[in-house]
Amino acid sequence: MNPRSPTARAARAFLRNPAAMVGLVVLALMVLASAAGPGLYGVDATDIVGAPMSPPDGEAWLGTDYLGRDILAAILLGGRATMLVGLTAALISVSIGTTIGALSGYCEGAVDAALMRITEFFQVLPALLFAMVVVMLFRPSLITVALSIGVVSWTGTARLVRAEFLRLKRLEFIEAARAEGATHARIIFRVILPNGMAPLIVSATLAVGAAMLFEGGLSFLGLGDPNVISWGLMIGQNRSYLLDAWWTVTFPGLALFVTVMSVALIGDGINDALDPRSAG
Amino acid sequence: MSAAAWFIRRLIHAAGLLLAVLVLNFVLIHLAPGDPAVVIAGEMGGASTEVMAKIRAEYGLDQPLVMQLLAYLGRVLTGDLGFSFYFNRPVTALVAERMGPTALLVASAIVLALVLGTWLGILAARRPRGLAAQLVSVFSVAGFAAPVFWTGMMLLLLFASTLPIFPVSGMADVGRPKLGFAYALDVLHHLVLPAMTLAMVYMAQYSRQSRAGMLAALAADYIRTARAKGLGELRVVYRHALRNALIPVITIAGLQFGQVLAGAVLVETVYSWPGLGRLAYESILRRDSPTLLGILLGSALMVILANLLTDAAYRLADPRMRGT
Repeated sequence: MNPRSPTARAARAFLRNPAAMVGLVVLALMVLASAAGPGLYGVDATDIVGAPMSPPDGEAWLGTDYLGRDILAAILLGGRATMLVGLTAALISVSIGTTIGALSGYCEGAVDAALMRITEFFQVLPALLFAMVVVMLFRPSLITVALSIGVVSWTGTARLVRAEFLRLKRLEFIEAARAEGATHARIIFRVILPNGMAPLIVSATLAVGAAMLFEGGLSFLGLGDPNVISWGLMIGQNRSYLLDAWWTVTFPGLALFVTVMSVALIGDGINDALDPRSAG
Repeated sequence: MSAAAWFIRRLIHAAGLLLAVLVLNFVLIHLAPGDPAVVIAGEMGGASTEVMAKIRAEYGLDQPLVMQLLAYLGRVLTGDLGFSFYFNRPVTALVAERMGPTALLVASAIVLALVLGTWLGILAARRPRGLAAQLVSVFSVAGFAAPVFWTGMMLLLLFASTLPIFPVSGMADVGRPKLGFAYALDVLHHLVLPAMTLAMVYMAQYSRQSRAGMLAALAADYIRTARAKGLGELRVVYRHALRNALIPVITIAGLQFGQVLAGAVLVETVYSWPGLGRLAYESILRRDSPTLLGILLGSALMVILANLLTDAAYRLADPRMRGT
C-alpha cells in the first residue's frame, strides 16, 4: 500500500490512538476467550458442579448460578451466541439501511419520498417492542432474533447513506462517470458508495455493538433461543436471585459491557482516524 | 402557513403513521406460522374450542384477507384490541391503565437526561481540558455500552440492598392510601432508581451533543458581541449560547422517544414498575400475543403523540421553523 494514501494515513492514526488500541486488544481477548475458552476451561456450562449460588472460590472461579452451574463456563460459551447474533444482525441492518439510503438519495423524487416514509415509520415504532412481537410470533431462535434485530434497526444507516448520496451525486466525477455511459448500478455501487464509505464503516461498527446489546435485552426478557446460552439469558435466568447471589448477574453483564465498550472504542477510533476534524 | 393548517397537516400525517402500525399488526398476525385464531386468542390463554370458533366467526377468518383487514381496522377504531385470556380482561383496558406509569417513567428519564446531560456538556465545553470534559468523554462511551437492564440491577444492588436508600421494586408501598402528598412522595421515592437507570443511556448522548453545540455556539459572533457589551459570563453562557446549543439536543431527544420507551420495557422489568414494559414481559411469559400486540400499538401511539408535541414546541421556540 502506498504509505501516503489516505487509507494508510488513517490506519496510522488509528494505531496511534490509545483508546482504540485498548478496544482492539480487549475485543480480541473476548473473541479468543469465546472461541477457545470453553475447551481450555474444561467445565461443561450445563453441568451442575456444586451447590446452587455458591460464591466465587477456587472451585468455580466466578461462582455458580441458581441451579449450581459454573458461571465462568457459561460466560465463555455464552459469548459465542451474543457475538454471532450481534454480527449477523448488524450485517442485515447495514445491508438494508445502505440499500434503502442509496436508492433514496440516488433517485430522489417520488422514490425518495416513499422510502423516507417507510424509514420514518420504522423510526416511530419502538424497536425493541417490535422485535419482541416478531420473535414471539415466529418462535425464538438465533435466526429469528438476528433477523428481527436487523429489520428494526436500519433507519440510522439509511439516513446516513442517503445524506452521503445526496452530497456526492452533485460532484463532477459522478457526472464524468455518467458521461462515460456507466449504468445506474455501476454509479451507485462502484462510484458513489466507495466514496461514502468512511461514515458507513463507523456506523457499521457501532451497529455491531448496538445489536449485541439488543440481543442481550431480548434474551434477558426470555426471547432469545431457549436452547443456546447467551449473556442476556444468564442475566434473565438469575435475576430473581440478584440480592442473594450478586455474582450470578454481575459477571455476565460485565462481559457484555466490556465487549460492547471495546467495539465502541474501536468505532470512535475509526471515526477519529477517518475524520481528523472530529477528533477530541 | 397558518398555525391551524400546519397542525391539521401534522395530524393527518400522524393518523397515517398510526394506520401503518395497525396494518403492520394485522400482517404480523397473519404471517406468523400456525393458526391466526391461536395468535388472536393467545397461546396459553386457555381458550376453549367454543371460544376459538367464536373468534373465527367474529374475525371472519374464512373471509378474504381484505375484508378481514377492514374488520380489524373497524374493531380497533372502536377501541377493541381483543381480549387477554390470561389477564381475563379486554386488552384496551389493560394497556390504558399501564400507560400512565410508563409515561411518568419515560418523561422523568428524558427530563433528567436533558438537564444533567446538558449541564455536563456545558461544563465540558467551557473547560475543554477540565474534569467535566474527561468525564463526558468516558461517560459517552460507557453510557452507550452498558446494557440498561444490567445497569439497573447494579444500581439496585448498590442503592437498594448494600445501602438500602431506595425501595427494591414497585411504584408505591403496598397497603397505603393512594392519594395525597404522602403518596406522591412515595411514588417519587420509588421512581428515583428506575428513572436514573433509564436516563443514564441518554445523558451520555446529550452531554456529547450539547458539548458540541456549545463549542460551536461559544465561537459565534453574537457571543463575542454579548461579551463586548459587558454581559457577565454566566449570562452569556446560559442565556445566549445555551438557547442555540439546545436545538440539536432537543431534535435528538424528540427522535429518540421511541427508543426511550423501548428502554423502559427493560427497566420496568428490572424494577417491577407497573407500566407497559412490565406488562409486555408478563405477556411474553404467558405467550399472550393479543396483549403484546396491543402494547406495540399503545406505545406507537405514545411516540406519535410525543413527536407531535415536540414539533409544536419547536415551532413555538424557534421562529425559523415557522416557515416549514
